[in-house]
Amino acid sequence: MAKLIEGATGSWEVVIGMEVHAQVSSNAKLFSGASATYGAEPNSQVSFVDAAMPGMLPVINEECVRQAVRTGLALGAQINLYSVFDRKNYFYADLPQGYQISQFKHPIVGHGRIMIEVEGETREVGITRLHLEQDAGKSLHDQHPSLTYVDLNRSGVALMEIVSEPDMRSSEEAGAYLKKLRTILRYIGSCDGNMEEGSMRADVNVSVRRPGEPLGTRCEIKNVNSVRFLQQAIEYEARRQIDIIEDGGKIDQETRLFDAAKGETRSMRSKEEAHDYRYFPDPDLMPLKLAQAWVDKVAKTLPELPDAKRDRFVADLGLTPYNASVLVAEKESAAYFEAVLAELTAVSGKPAREVATQVANWVVGDLFGALNKAGKSIENSPVSAHNFAQLQKLMVDGQISGRIAKEVFEHMLATGDEPAKIVAEKGLVQVSDSGAIAAIIDEVLAENADKVAEYRSGKDKLFGFFVGQVMKKTQGKANPQLVNEALKAKLSA
Amino acid sequence: MSIDLATVRRIAHLARIDIDDAALAPMAGELNQILSWVEQLAQVNTDGVPPLTSVVDAELPRRADVVTDGGYPEDVLANAPQAEHGFFAVPKVIE
Amino acid sequence: MSDFLALTLAEARDGLRRRDFTARELADAYIEAMAAARALNAYCAETPEQALAMAAAADQALAAGNAGPLAGIPLGIKDLFCTKDVLSQASSRILEGFKPRYESTVTANLWRDGAVMLGKTAMDEFAMGSSTETAVTGPVTNPWRGEGSNKNLVPGGSSGGSSAAVAAKIALGATGTDTGGSIRQPAAFTGTVGIKPTYGRCSRWGIIAFASSLDQAGPIARTVRDAAILLKSMAGHDPKDSTSINAPVPDFEAALSGDIRGLKVGIPKEYHTTQMPAEIEALWQQGIAWLKDAGAKIVDVSLPHTQYALATYYIVAPAEASSNLARYDGVRYGLRVNNGGGLNDMYAKTRAAGFGKEVKRRILIGTYVLSAGYYDAYYLKAQQVRTLIARDFTEAFKTVDVLLTPTAPSSAFGIGETTDPIAMYLNDVFTVPASLAGLPAMSLPAGLDKAGLPLGLQLIGKVLDEETVIKVGGVIERAAGFAAAPKPWWRS
Repeated sequence: MAKLIEGATGSWEVVIGMEVHAQVSSNAKLFSGASATYGAEPNSQVSFVDAAMPGMLPVINEECVRQAVRTGLALGAQINLYSVFDRKNYFYADLPQGYQISQFKHPIVGHGRIMIEVEGETREVGITRLHLEQDAGKSLHDQHPSLTYVDLNRSGVALMEIVSEPDMRSSEEAGAYLKKLRTILRYIGSCDGNMEEGSMRADVNVSVRRPGEPLGTRCEIKNVNSVRFLQQAIEYEARRQIDIIEDGGKIDQETRLFDAAKGETRSMRSKEEAHDYRYFPDPDLMPLKLAQAWVDKVAKTLPELPDAKRDRFVADLGLTPYNASVLVAEKESAAYFEAVLAELTAVSGKPAREVATQVANWVVGDLFGALNKAGKSIENSPVSAHNFAQLQKLMVDGQISGRIAKEVFEHMLATGDEPAKIVAEKGLVQVSDSGAIAAIIDEVLAENADKVAEYRSGKDKLFGFFVGQVMKKTQGKANPQLVNEALKAKLSA
Repeated sequence: MSIDLATVRRIAHLARIDIDDAALAPMAGELNQILSWVEQLAQVNTDGVPPLTSVVDAELPRRADVVTDGGYPEDVLANAPQAEHGFFAVPKVIE
Repeated sequence: MSDFLALTLAEARDGLRRRDFTARELADAYIEAMAAARALNAYCAETPEQALAMAAAADQALAAGNAGPLAGIPLGIKDLFCTKDVLSQASSRILEGFKPRYESTVTANLWRDGAVMLGKTAMDEFAMGSSTETAVTGPVTNPWRGEGSNKNLVPGGSSGGSSAAVAAKIALGATGTDTGGSIRQPAAFTGTVGIKPTYGRCSRWGIIAFASSLDQAGPIARTVRDAAILLKSMAGHDPKDSTSINAPVPDFEAALSGDIRGLKVGIPKEYHTTQMPAEIEALWQQGIAWLKDAGAKIVDVSLPHTQYALATYYIVAPAEASSNLARYDGVRYGLRVNNGGGLNDMYAKTRAAGFGKEVKRRILIGTYVLSAGYYDAYYLKAQQVRTLIARDFTEAFKTVDVLLTPTAPSSAFGIGETTDPIAMYLNDVFTVPASLAGLPAMSLPAGLDKAGLPLGLQLIGKVLDEETVIKVGGVIERAAGFAAAPKPWWRS
């Protein structure tokens, strides 16, 4: 269901397509042996090739090809066994060759798709293509009053440009798409998805139309680097376009920038010069031909993807769709959950399906809640998957109650200690000795003879009171099941 | 196809080569002479003929993903007309 | 000392190995001759200190018995090759002061084998030309003059500094590059031997690019044997050049068996053009007769798309050049002209001042043929015709082993005589087809015209079959007995 925007003259539909530039996770650059890592001293990760010195030539990095193919496969896309590198010609200070090596007519990956979920509904967003290209260097405009400084460290770093169909109809869908794409890239390891460092950048095309009408004129918003900004930019831009059209104006097709501080988009150049990139096949590089057998081999290196994992969590482990979706949203969360579950089933001997829901509830509820509060990510969780599994085991074995487990968990968060150690130190082991429990019950019944009488005369509700009293006397350590059974027996005696 | 002064100006701008107004007309003349000469190719029937992509009949070689280069900023900057603080410096770009 | 200059490269190599003389003595002779020949303007940078240091190293290696195949051989290096810490400008103002911090693969191969660098040879700016009149250091003069004439002639181009240096015996050999004929045509104009090997035989890494799909390095030398020796050292697979062919490099010198009995030599009928001077046609017939006498079988073949080769070339090469030369923007090296007008202004002013007329013309043509709306009509069409031209050769080589043609449609012309661009382009009419198809080809001197100027014949071989070209070249060379040499009018 498309979400419509109310204007002064009726409702409007926003149409969104996206081009995401994702940096390929590789050690070296796309066509040179210089390092592709982020954050080095200026021009220290630059080869003569990256600086476009005279006579320098590109040689392609096989890992970048492999990662592009893996990404294509993960997007359910067609892998083109024949692709061509073209030169996109234009002048800019941080484009040393005077052209970018990209793929124009024959990209390495063709049509694919991504499933997104918004407000419980699943939608397909088409992928038009994915191609490999070089990143440019970086211009710094604010270091000197009259000069621009150029750092070529990023020049030549491998990017995947992933182009979507204009299939999204709201900023939420666009946000979900970008998040889902990021999740997939991170699952397969083809991009680290780090938007702050610019490893993923989105150019988003926005247009508006009356529902059912042909597509309107679009504007492209460049270089949006977070999901939040993406959604803000789309909402602002859609409203801007609606206002213009409703005032009788017309949308100019142009490139715009998102100003995060003001929450606005603005035109990039007053007079956008007509681009004529003069694409032609790069004569320094022969066409890239892939063997189907090689592609098949690469396909085997793909891990389980988030959608498949979520479906399996629901179908095989009996998780709720909500828990399953939350767990698979980050590959680290899913990995954590699966590590806990694997260890727990191994040490407890219980089938995964029997304990999975408990573990999922704990991970999604308690652990994520605590991490969120502490502003930590799962990778630097103070509670390791091993310790978490041990805690779950103590519960499953009946050594501690759920209530005690929460207490132990608080200590684990604070100290990172093993649960067994905390339980022992604090004397939190559950009392499962039926003799000891019977003695305490006797004590409680004796102290509350009046209530016992009331109970026996039919006031069943008092059962909970007796349980509470027993737990109080044991500081919550009594095995609740044993308490229940013994209490019932004694009261009905 | 004949190119006029505006076209010469446009392609000169695309190629970032400054041409004096006085030189535009002679340049247009030379370019038109060359273009009308190469237009003889229109006589060749190329229906269904693939463009030549490479005279080298070989697989595109691929390099291993290993850092083997870079790490010499002094060499990269050695010939720069203007370099400051390890950066290339150019007249300010206004976006 | 001048005796040294008379030696061929092979003779000098053998003499050095026998320790008849030292590399130092040889280097001294050439350094002196080079300095005495500045009137030719063949060298745009002389590197005598490097030459002496390299000669000393060669002498040591020769004494130690571990000398490379070119130990002590003094060479001129075309300015298109990047040579570490030595000016490398492609004879262009735009690369003013450029000293690369790296060495081209081909020159590195030569130094690995012990060769000695005398200096950089001038060329047509960015290798765009057939006369070496457009070098930023001024026109190069051909050592040859017409009989009884004082007129200065061009040495051909674009490797005209190299061809002039070899012809004037101020280098034992030289490197050239050939995009549409830039080794073969200057070789023909100067009575020297030039080989453009198969595209991909020599690495392009470190050679300033003109038209990437066509550029190929090769030697210019005094004899076929000398050229074969140099090519062996220059060639070889280079993982830094994706278009470099991974094939073993044969011992080209060993191909000079002299035995071509039964070999099929194709004569492409389309090369008999109406404009061709009768002397060149006659020389071609003479070449055919020599090969027949040596036992080769002469076969008439057809390369039907030959007439379109030049037009194809003058679309493809400028298109690639327009992109290859975009990097000369005044940001990272070379000339910068900055009038305080911002980045785009700096680009346009720098490139206007840095590039010469012909280079600008080709950049503009190349920009135009790639631009929106014209790509299909010009560039795509040209690449399709190029496929047809390459197929013509494939067909012809089904029936013959090698092709024989003239190298150029004229002998050397006067400096400043050819001002019309297309008239200049026509110099490449016989050399361009093999370039478009990436085939190995050689020009060797076969006779003199009426004015006493050298004329060349061209042999075109199959892909990676330089050996047959060299073998047949050796036979023609012996039959022609070309012994003429320019009078050293230039000596100061």
